[in-house]
Amino acid sequence: MSGASRTSEVLEITTTAGVVQARQQVRALAQQCRLSLVDQTKLITAASELARNTLVHGGGGTMTALLLEERGRRGVRLAFADRGPGIADVDLALTDGWTSGTGMGLGLSGSKRLVDDFVLDTTPGAGTTVTITKWGR
Amino acid sequence: MSERVPILRIRQVLLVSIQTDLDDQAVLLLQDDLAQAVVDSGAHGVVIDITAVEIVDSFVGRMLATIASLSRLLDAGTVLVGMRPAVAITLVELGLSLGGVRTALTLDKGLRMLEDDHAERGHEGIAPDVAAGA
Repeated sequence: MSGASRTSEVLEITTTAGVVQARQQVRALAQQCRLSLVDQTKLITAASELARNTLVHGGGGTMTALLLEERGRRGVRLAFADRGPGIADVDLALTDGWTSGTGMGLGLSGSKRLVDDFVLDTTPGAGTTVTITKWGR
Repeated sequence: MSERVPILRIRQVLLVSIQTDLDDQAVLLLQDDLAQAVVDSGAHGVVIDITAVEIVDSFVGRMLATIASLSRLLDAGTVLVGMRPAVAITLVELGLSLGGVRTALTLDKGLRMLEDDHAERGHEGIAPDVAAGA
């Protein structure tokens, strides 16, 4: 069972409907992982922010979702990847309230607070990948 | 084609109950529809029910704050009702406090809040000193 659950699922995010699908897929995984209701809500919210970033700032991309099992604990890992312009100043992009567009500037910094692990990998001109993990308690 | 959220009118209050996971276009559409409905109906209040809403991210949060400020400009109050505890916890951690948005735990309390508001404002309007042109 754990072998099968390690298979990753890839979702294309190219429209706002893709952002909705991402939320739904993450909800199903979070429930499968038996995260608490609050942790489910935090993970889905973070996924929604990052999926929208992928669409709006990255010009579309993918979400790769994975159920993890490690040292007796279970978790959900999500990777949002785009081939957009990348982020020139990562520290600035992670500052609360800073926005490159018309948003509130909470997408990146806020979603970082909602998860256990947050890894931002970006190359200006080549794209951005944000990988987040939420572990069950 | 994004779906449209129905806007119901009960006397002088507009009621919106979000029941499905809305995409961003539907969220923006709701914002515009509500502003128009406030003007068309002359309603003095707007109640947004989010009992069924599982997550509020920064995009939806911004829509809620925008609706509250624009209805204020259009002479109507806004109350957000039915927020789930997990949603409240997540919003605070996300960094969205929704400072300008009034909330009530239930629809009933929200409606009463708007009635009280209206009574208070109505009172001012017919205050004797004002009526006397002082």
